[in-house]
Amino acid sequence: MNWDWHYSGQVIPDLLDGLRVTIIATIFGYLIALVLGLVWALLRRSPSRVLNQAVRWVTEFIRSTPLLVQLFFIFYVLPAWGVTLGALTAGIVGLGVHYSTYTAEVYRAGIDDVPRGQWEASRALNLPRRRVWFAVILPQAVRRIIPTLGNYLIALFKDTPFLLGITVVELLGSAYDAGAHSLKYLEPITVAGLFFIAVSVVSSLALRRLEHRYATN
Amino acid sequence: MSEVLNSYPQLLRGAWLTIQITLYAAAFALVLAMVFGLLGTARSRLLRAVNRVYVEFFRGIAALVLLYWFFYALPLLGLRFTPLAAAVLAIGLNYGAYGAEVVRGSVNAVPRAQWEAACAINFTPLQRLRRVLLPQAFALMLPPFGNLFIELMKATAGVSLVGIADLTFRAKQIQASTGQTAATFVVILVMYFVIAQALQVLVRLAERRSDRVLGRRLPTRPAPIAATTGEVVSP
Amino acid sequence: MPPTDTTSPADPLPERAADGTPGKPPTRVPCGIKFEKVVKRFGDNVVLDHLNFEVAAGERVTLIGPSGSGKTTILRLLMTLEHPDGGIIRVGDDPLWHMERGGKLVKANERHLHEMRKRIGMVFQQFNLFPNMNVLRNLTEGPVHVLGLGKDEAVERARGLLDMIGLADKEDAHPTQLSGGQQQRVAIARALAMEPTVLLLDEVTSALDPELVVGVQDLLRDIAANTDVTMLCVTHEMGFAKDISNRVLMFDQGRIVEEGTPEAIFEDPEEDRTREFLSAILAT
Repeated sequence: MNWDWHYSGQVIPDLLDGLRVTIIATIFGYLIALVLGLVWALLRRSPSRVLNQAVRWVTEFIRSTPLLVQLFFIFYVLPAWGVTLGALTAGIVGLGVHYSTYTAEVYRAGIDDVPRGQWEASRALNLPRRRVWFAVILPQAVRRIIPTLGNYLIALFKDTPFLLGITVVELLGSAYDAGAHSLKYLEPITVAGLFFIAVSVVSSLALRRLEHRYATN
Repeated sequence: MSEVLNSYPQLLRGAWLTIQITLYAAAFALVLAMVFGLLGTARSRLLRAVNRVYVEFFRGIAALVLLYWFFYALPLLGLRFTPLAAAVLAIGLNYGAYGAEVVRGSVNAVPRAQWEAACAINFTPLQRLRRVLLPQAFALMLPPFGNLFIELMKATAGVSLVGIADLTFRAKQIQASTGQTAATFVVILVMYFVIAQALQVLVRLAERRSDRVLGRRLPTRPAPIAATTGEVVSP
Repeated sequence: MPPTDTTSPADPLPERAADGTPGKPPTRVPCGIKFEKVVKRFGDNVVLDHLNFEVAAGERVTLIGPSGSGKTTILRLLMTLEHPDGGIIRVGDDPLWHMERGGKLVKANERHLHEMRKRIGMVFQQFNLFPNMNVLRNLTEGPVHVLGLGKDEAVERARGLLDMIGLADKEDAHPTQLSGGQQQRVAIARALAMEPTVLLLDEVTSALDPELVVGVQDLLRDIAANTDVTMLCVTHEMGFAKDISNRVLMFDQGRIVEEGTPEAIFEDPEEDRTREFLSAILAT
């Protein structure tokens, strides 16, 4: 079988629709991951040992089990408990929760990396707790972790195809559907793969730039 | 819940297939990572370019996309694999690219002084790599390899979407036949967690061994001897 | 075949070891060194500017001078860790970085460098022991895999050297378990195990705590007294330089400013630049 250029052109609008869904899932999933991850990281610093360990094991559990199964869980199990989410929403929540366990580790390392002397200097200046966090510690931590957080954005993007497991027609799903329709899978799946490579190569180049900027500042 | 547990033979068979795919794909990925990672440390620009192309391509493409491509697109070009082989190839190629970056970074992270010392006792370039640089780089590779190992295991769940009867696939079957949605998924999540913890123990053991080889975390000299020779152990 | 290369795997320990006492470092017929108009640049920075000098076989020469004057670069060029940008370096009679092809000198290949490196050993400021090997293997790895010695023979040689450096009980230790001074003594033994005819010493005591310096210096004095190896030594320790060397070269900005016996240079230097440098060293 040969490559059909005409057919490739035909499927592109469908694929672009899929790409749109992929990007929506990526952006909203990432926002959840950023916020929820910070919550985990701050809870891990709580003085309560029970809370501390509970958060540790919950995040460890989420991090070491497959995203796909977690998506099934959110999409098929939660409705039985009265929480019904649309497929895309379930996918976004799944991506966000899964990746929040990674960003939590990034935040934690970033905060731990701020030299002890910064805490001590804040104490010596008698700064209020809020100022210590928002004016001293977090600004320094954020600068260090931006490149790593960026890597997880790209990783999350590359995990969006799992959403097709819960009927979301994202980029790979739209390619598969197009192929199933005409029984010609080669072109749509290849083009979808090229889209993925294009987006991730471009974004990792952009990220390296960003890294460079934060390294030199 | 009991209905789910009664189907344990199916679950165990699924888990066994998940473990098999994980181990085969990890072995394949390790070979790719070594070959392409070392190319990335070569002096030749061409070899380094080969490394870049492999890494950017297979890291950029999502594992599941690659899997679908091996399953649905390649057969149309006349290339047919058994489902298991396709899964191992797709996952291995993807994670091999991540691993190649780890290998390249670790070899480059061995202090240049070690290369110089190896040169000074007249090792050939290959001996320098094999006897000095790689054994030290290996210790640096282990922690990131451990993480990749778990990530790879998680990614194997994707094979259920193309009809391979792994743990996730069995779970969907059981869920369909028993209607016990919550119980089924809770059980297999726990099973995946146990597998991940087991893999982590393996990695820890390897790390401990490499620490021993590099003389890390060994007891330092007992103090009395230090006193008699008048020398102090440097930190 | 270079005339000084008398080793073959079958005859790894030539009867040379001057007085033949066991535990003395074995050495081969020493080689001289000759720099002919050697140029070395790092970017725009000219480190060696058409440098000429000669070291006779068996001579002990100390290189002094401010940092950045090119001393260490000379050792690194000899160890083939850096390549020259111009000129010829000879070790024995053979060019180090070039080989003769049809009466012409062409750039050396890895094989030629490998042959030439057999004559040269180096001890580094930071010891650079291999952390993935214990002490004994640090000493046997080269003899077994480069010189082709049998394992037993290499172990025997290594134990002799460990005896000489006073660390016979440390053969199973890891480098991390040794003090800096002990590590440096092992590093010296590792270099000697390869039976170099030229030994390069690059500030070998400057990374050591003061109380550990003496042990290493004593060992090197012993080696200087009991072998005929050619030694090229970069150091800031003037007393030590006096003890082991026949000649001192004072470097500044890639050129030799002054040379002479240690007594002449340290006690009665002729050049202002040398005097300035020596008083700066003494002041610290």
